[in-house]
Amino acid sequence: MLELLDSHYNYFAVMLLLGIGLYMLIESRNLVKKVIGMNIFQTGIFLFFITLAFRAGGNPPIIEEGGGPYVSPLPHVLILTAIVVGVSLTAVALALIIRIYTEYGTLDEDKLKQLYYD
Amino acid sequence: MIEQIPVLLVVLPIVGGAVPLVASLVSDRAGWPIATLTLIGQVGLAGLLAWTVGTSGTVSYAVGGFAAPYGIELVVDGLSGAVALLVAVVSLGVLAYAREAGPHSNSFYGLYLLLVAGLTGMTVTGDVFNLYVFLEITGLAAYGLVASGRDASAAVAALKYLIIGTVGASLYLLGVGYLLAATGTLNMADLATKLGEMAAYDSTLVLTAFGLMVGGLTVKVALFPLHTWQPDAYANAPDSVSAFISALVSTVSAYALARLLFSVFTAEFLTAVPVARWALVGLACVSIVAGSALAVSQNSVQRMLAYSSVSQFGLVIAGFAIATPMAVVGATVHLLGHAVMKGGLFAATGIIERETGATTISGYAGMGSRVPLTAFSFSVLSLAMVGVPPAVGFVGKWYIVLGAVNAEIWPVVAVLLASTLLTLAYFARLVERLYFAEATIHAEEGVPEDAPVTDGSGQAVSFGMVAVVVLAAVLAVALTAAVPALEQVLEDTLLPILNQ
Repeated sequence: MLELLDSHYNYFAVMLLLGIGLYMLIESRNLVKKVIGMNIFQTGIFLFFITLAFRAGGNPPIIEEGGGPYVSPLPHVLILTAIVVGVSLTAVALALIIRIYTEYGTLDEDKLKQLYYD
Repeated sequence: MIEQIPVLLVVLPIVGGAVPLVASLVSDRAGWPIATLTLIGQVGLAGLLAWTVGTSGTVSYAVGGFAAPYGIELVVDGLSGAVALLVAVVSLGVLAYAREAGPHSNSFYGLYLLLVAGLTGMTVTGDVFNLYVFLEITGLAAYGLVASGRDASAAVAALKYLIIGTVGASLYLLGVGYLLAATGTLNMADLATKLGEMAAYDSTLVLTAFGLMVGGLTVKVALFPLHTWQPDAYANAPDSVSAFISALVSTVSAYALARLLFSVFTAEFLTAVPVARWALVGLACVSIVAGSALAVSQNSVQRMLAYSSVSQFGLVIAGFAIATPMAVVGATVHLLGHAVMKGGLFAATGIIERETGATTISGYAGMGSRVPLTAFSFSVLSLAMVGVPPAVGFVGKWYIVLGAVNAEIWPVVAVLLASTLLTLAYFARLVERLYFAEATIHAEEGVPEDAPVTDGSGQAVSFGMVAVVVLAAVLAVALTAAVPALEQVLEDTLLPILNQ
């Protein structure tokens, strides 16, 4: 178990981030914290991809710098795109939250539910 | 020229979507004409593409000149050609509705065209990561559109949609990561060949990837129990947006799921790992029954229609999961037919609400004489959805059931047949109210004369709005005539993948 933890600690971190994010997203009553949870969840996925690209003793994937083996550049590129998507989502979510706050005067999910269904 | 159409289909609405925002500097009302021009071009291109695919087979395009499997490939076969044409036609139709129904801001039309771009991108792409990007573009545009309602409840519904939708898309992305780890490629066709070779179908890696990707997409399709965002989003969005997203967003996600099943994991995978197939069929069947039960128990008509979608998409996914050629044709026909019917139904509820103020099932009583043409179209669309021949709803269900019978999956056959009865349960009640019940809302109290007419929720009903609903009703019946042609195209381009 300890050996696994030592050699695969990144994957444990991924699972931890995914778990924390999802828990916050479901459990937190505060809308802003829900969005933070969503971000942590996505960060877990980013870390997963970046870990995938790793290879022991690999060089940066630039031809001039020494020879192969190189680390895979593809996951880095994918995650660059995914980060942009994540930022836009956060922006839209926060814009919606501002609108909800000005209208209902609360960020608490329970209170909002009462106001929403009345 | 022809091979460049797939990429033009995505670029045209993105560029078109930026123009209304710039045009705001000059005029506040420039959005509609710009969007109309763009979408007329879109329909032309999509029609040309569908025709090309129908006559001379699959069209593919390597983006930026990087050949597959390293670059992003756009692939259009019979199924994606038909869906791309559907997206173009329905979005042009809803635009005719939105001219009067609003919202009228230029930014609305910018988002609208962005959504068209996202949906078309999901349809034509041949790369699983590219699909994720378009999934999120679609999502972002859809969240914005849902929130464009005047009421603040629209913002709450949009936030709920955003959070659940993002989790769905993120799960899909995680699944893509697993596939990348298993095979080292993202191109769909390349994945299909490498999946059996490099990683065994029943390895944990591939199974997890399948579970995550399918789970993520079922959130977007809104199958039970992952549908909770959908009724709020449909009911709180402006009428034109409800008609648009109910017709297309879930439809294209269901298409993406089918694409994943047949072009990435392939029918071989479904045969090799029966548990994956049964899980999907089981989920679909639960969705059919639970969606119908929830629809029957609703009082608001729009929420009832939303739950009806949960049930109908169960039917479509069941057809795809059975994966015999006949069931797949049936699921495709029902997928396309459902889009036209559900879009038309939502558009009709918008007109009825404007004309009479009725939004609930009891409020619909006696409205058949107040809004005769709309009510009649609504009834035709309802019956088409139930599956009364010769409407297109009948053909789709018939093929799906035949496929299930041929595959000898009797429990599914029972659920499919019962689903028709369940659909009848909630639509017949409504049609009966429309024509045979005493009116509960009378003309004078329906719409108060002094109701404030605000931008985007004015009470006027234009000719275009009614025409769209009537056209949807006509299409719901007339599309039956197009089924043999669709079947032929699918047989040429999609079914070979199935039978490999």
